[in-house]
Order: sequence, then structure tokens, then C-alpha cells
Amino acid sequence: MARPADVAAFALGALRGYRLRTLLMLVAMGIGVAAVVVLTALGEGARRYVADSFASLGTHLLIVLPGRAETRGGVPTTLMGETPRDLTLDDARALLRSRHIRRIAPISVGGSVVSWRARQRDSIVLGTSADFLAIRRWSMRRGRFLPRGELDAAEPVCIIGETVRRELFGVTPALGRWLRIGEYRFRVIGILASSGRSIGVDTQELVIIPVASAQAIFNNPSLFRIIVEARSREDIPRAKADILRIIRARHQGEEDITVITQDAVLATFDRIFRALTLAVGGIAAISLGVAGILIMNVMLVAVTQRRPEIGLLKALGATPRTILLLFLAEAALLSSAGAGLGLVVGQAGSWAVRLGFPVLPAYAPWWASLAGVLVAVGTGTLFSLLPARRAARLDPVAALARR
Amino acid sequence: MTALVRLQGIRRDFRVGDQVVHALDGIDLAVETGEYLAITGPSGSGKSTLLNVIGLLDRPTAGRYELRGEDVTLLSDEQQAAVRNRTIGFVFQFFHLVPRLTAQENVELPMLLAGIAPEERAGRAAAVLDRLGLADRRHHRPDQLSGGQRQRVAIARATVMQPALILADEPTGNLDTHSGAEVIGILEQLNAEGITLIVVTHDTGIAGRARRRVHIVDGAIQSDRARDPAHGETG
Repeated sequence: MARPADVAAFALGALRGYRLRTLLMLVAMGIGVAAVVVLTALGEGARRYVADSFASLGTHLLIVLPGRAETRGGVPTTLMGETPRDLTLDDARALLRSRHIRRIAPISVGGSVVSWRARQRDSIVLGTSADFLAIRRWSMRRGRFLPRGELDAAEPVCIIGETVRRELFGVTPALGRWLRIGEYRFRVIGILASSGRSIGVDTQELVIIPVASAQAIFNNPSLFRIIVEARSREDIPRAKADILRIIRARHQGEEDITVITQDAVLATFDRIFRALTLAVGGIAAISLGVAGILIMNVMLVAVTQRRPEIGLLKALGATPRTILLLFLAEAALLSSAGAGLGLVVGQAGSWAVRLGFPVLPAYAPWWASLAGVLVAVGTGTLFSLLPARRAARLDPVAALARR
Repeated sequence: MTALVRLQGIRRDFRVGDQVVHALDGIDLAVETGEYLAITGPSGSGKSTLLNVIGLLDRPTAGRYELRGEDVTLLSDEQQAAVRNRTIGFVFQFFHLVPRLTAQENVELPMLLAGIAPEERAGRAAAVLDRLGLADRRHHRPDQLSGGQRQRVAIARATVMQPALILADEPTGNLDTHSGAEVIGILEQLNAEGITLIVVTHDTGIAGRARRRVHIVDGAIQSDRARDPAHGETG
């Protein structure tokens, strides 16, 4: 019985002996694996992009909105004829009684003209509290955020985004200046750092003031929403139950709010993108199947081409098993090399995608790369079983007779 | 003394369409160790089929074949492969060298199939090639060798496992007269050293050199005679 190392060396020699054929098969296998790697990298990149966007919103958050949603995760229906009760600052404060809630930030929002001396612009004015900065994981470029204190203290201070600062103040230092929002005057105490990616809001165009001041400007005692941060991820369901219980108690037993957990939304996105990744990976895997059939075809041709060689090997004492092994080794080497090549090309492709679209973390998941390589080597070898068997069964007399 | 090869009532039928062709039609033949036998006959007489049966490349339809006293028709494919590897060396008309392998690697093939370690293979192959005057051609591929050199590589390959029996099928059929004589000279030298030699040929010159000549017509032995000294050495 021939030694395994000799079988491998002989198969390698045969592959080297038919360069063009080997090269074409490597390309076919390589394209298949590379397609799997790049496409799953794109899918995974998209999934992580969305996941990261949510993470930048802060972790284990719950959002409380006035009005009840009829479907999970949907928009609150205020069109049902029932007018929900206001969500008030007292409601917000009451939520802190739950031991599953770490901190809260009430939000009151509206648009207003913001001006300094002759310059003015329309801006989104966000009323909130000191904890908002930590909950949203934003940071300050200069100065400080809203002072800690009673939620209903309407202090005349504001924090502005970078665009607002540039357009109103230009080169003049903004800290300490008094600007005008509607009829009220506010002192600038901080400037927000642009926080990069964040869903929904552009931090650079914001003006942030104490929530009580915002309620005064917009003359609206109801909050837009309350952002709640649970103590931990595990606390989220209990925090949600607590919120519903506390507000119901305060609203005469009426459950007229909606609580959205960030997790639920994220999980939905996650499922969608994972399914998408699997789908594109699966489509790419079809090309691996095609490559497998190509390998079978090529091996069948090789067996026909090399009939004299097979006959000779048999005459020299090769058992049918040895012949089978020789051809299987050839196919396995071919598909492994092709898979290796595809892996390299695929990684290079993913890298190029990341270079072209820096926001997209296009890394192929390890399981997809592994599956791609395994499927490639598996189909390559499996599809060669038939040609290899044919070679092993070849009648040596007939094989030698042909020239 | 047991014959090296003993054939009794060997038949080999081929089915062509719905006709049965008797390629071998009841062959009885015994070959002693060390003999030098030529098998002759017209094309299609069955002489190559006979050689294939003796070489275990083909199974007879009926009859008994003993090699060194053992009935080899009963062996499995794997066992027959092992017997071919160790006991029988083949020399073909078309050399049958593997084109992508060097002379040395071609000679190593039977040893590779036997699972012999690379170091030992290299030494033995080099020694045999050296003996056949191919020391400086060891690393040449077949397409860089002349016909005579190719056939000498093939002989080196046939003898490297030190077989008891060499089967040569028209070994000079593809060579010029000079190379042909050289190859026959080598084979006869091997025979002189004790290897049994069976040559299939329709070259009467070569057949005349053999010590025993078996003539086959239509799958049956028509004549089997020792060389007539008066007509010998005409090649």
C-alpha cells in the first residue's frame, strides 16, 4: 500500500502536470468561496452597522410614550378617540421609585427660532435633564451639561450643538453668552461634541435646555417621552413592568402609555439581517455546488485522458483502492487550494469594501468562512467520488491498449 | 520441480455484440523458472491476451492458472495487484512511462506503490538506472529521451522490484533496429541472471533467439518447440 505522503505528492504532481486545467478549477472554486466570504461580510456588516447605531443610543434603554400602542413596537394610536392623559414631570420623577431603573431623562421637544444679536436660525430645542447626557452617551466639546437639580427648576441655561455655535457665533467664543430662544434668554454653558452616528437626531443642530424651561417656551405640560435606563440588561423586563404599574397607579388605573424596549427593536433588526446574511451566503454557496460539478466534469475528463497511466499503475501493482485514493487526493487538493485562494480573495474583497465604505464593518463571520471552505472541499471531493471509482474499476488491458 | 507458470485449459471469451469470440481456446502451457520463451502468432491470434492472463491483467473465463504452485485465479483484485507488484515486471511496446515524471521517478513507481520509504526507493532506482547505462539521464523526463532510452527506463522499472518473471509485449515494436537489438540484449542479460522472460513478438528474428518458441493461431497453441540450434542466432 502506498504511503499517504506519496499519494499526496503523486496527486500534486498530476495537478502540476495539467496547469491550465488546474488553474481554471482553482479560479472556479476560488470564485465560489470568495463570493460566500464577501457576501456574508456585506450582510454581517449591515447587521453590525444597525446594531452599532442602536448601541450608540445607549444600552438597556426603555422609551415611554404617551398613548397606547395597539400593536407591539408600533406607533401609539392617539386616533382611537380616547385622549391619553399627559405624561408629566411628576410621572417621570415617580419612575425613579423602581429599583430596576437607574436614571431617567424626561424629554420635551419643539422647534423654535434661536438668535444672538442679528443672527438667527431655526433649531430643534430639546428640553431634558442632567442624566440625558449619560443615557445617550453623548459628550461635551466644551463647558458643561445641564446642572443637576429639581426637574421643575427652569434655569435659563442652554447647551448648543456645533452647527448652531458656528452659525450664531462664528469666531466669537460662545460660552457665557446669552442667546434668545423665542421670548426667553438663555446663557450658553456648554457645546456638544459631535457624537458621530446616532439614530434620528443630528447632535450638531440641537439646542438643549432644562425640561421645565422647554415646557414654558412651548406652553405644553405634557412630555414628548421619557427615556429610562434600566440597571442592567436583565432588569429591562422588570423595569418595564414597574413603569406600567407606576404610571397606571398615577393615571387612575388607565394604561395609557407605550413602553418600547430598545432590545425588541434591535432583536427584530438583528433577525432580519441575519436572515439576509444567510440568504446571500446560501446563494453564493450555490456557486460552490456548481464548482463541485465542474470538478467532477474535469476529473471525468482526467480519468479518460489518463487511461494509459491508470492501466500502467494497475500493471505495476496499484490496487483499485490506491487508484481511488490518488484521484480523490487530487480532487481534495484541488478544492482545498481553490478554497484557500477564495478565502484570501474574499478577505481582500471584504477589506476593499471596508476601505470604500468605512461605516460598514464588513467582516465575514467566521462560521460563514468555515462553512464556505468546508462546503468547497466537501463538494469537490464528493463529486470526484464517481470519476475516481470509474478510474479504480478501469480494466487495465483496455486502458493500456489505447494510445 | 514446480513450474513458475502453469496454465491448464485456459479459455478467454469475449462477447462482441451477440457473438462470443474465443480469444483463448483451451491453452495448456508450463514455463519453468529461468526459461526464455517467445510467443508468436498472427495479429488477433490471442498472443497478447495470453500475456495479459499470465500477467494477471486479465482473468480467464475458464481454466486453472498456477503461479509458483498457487492458484492465482482465485485471488481478489487487491491480492492480484500485490502479486503483480512483487512477482511480475511488464515491458510494453509503447513504453508507458508517465510523461510528467523523470526517469528516476518512473522507476520508483512500483516501489512507491509497495509503500517503500523514499530514501530506499531513490537508492534502488539509481542503482538500476546506473546498471542500464542511464546514470546521466536520471532526471530527464521521457520526452527528453530517445526511444531506446525510454524502453531501457521501462526495463529498469520492470526489474526494480526484482521480479521472478518479465513479460514483454512487442518490446522492440516501436524502436529502430539498433535500439531494438540493444533492448533485446538487456532482456537476455537479465534472463541469463535467472529472471524468467516471456516475449510476445511477431519479429521472427527476435523469436528465433528465444530458447523456446510457442506459436499461437486462433487462440490455440499450434506449435511449441525448443530452438533449433541450426537456425538460431539469426537476428
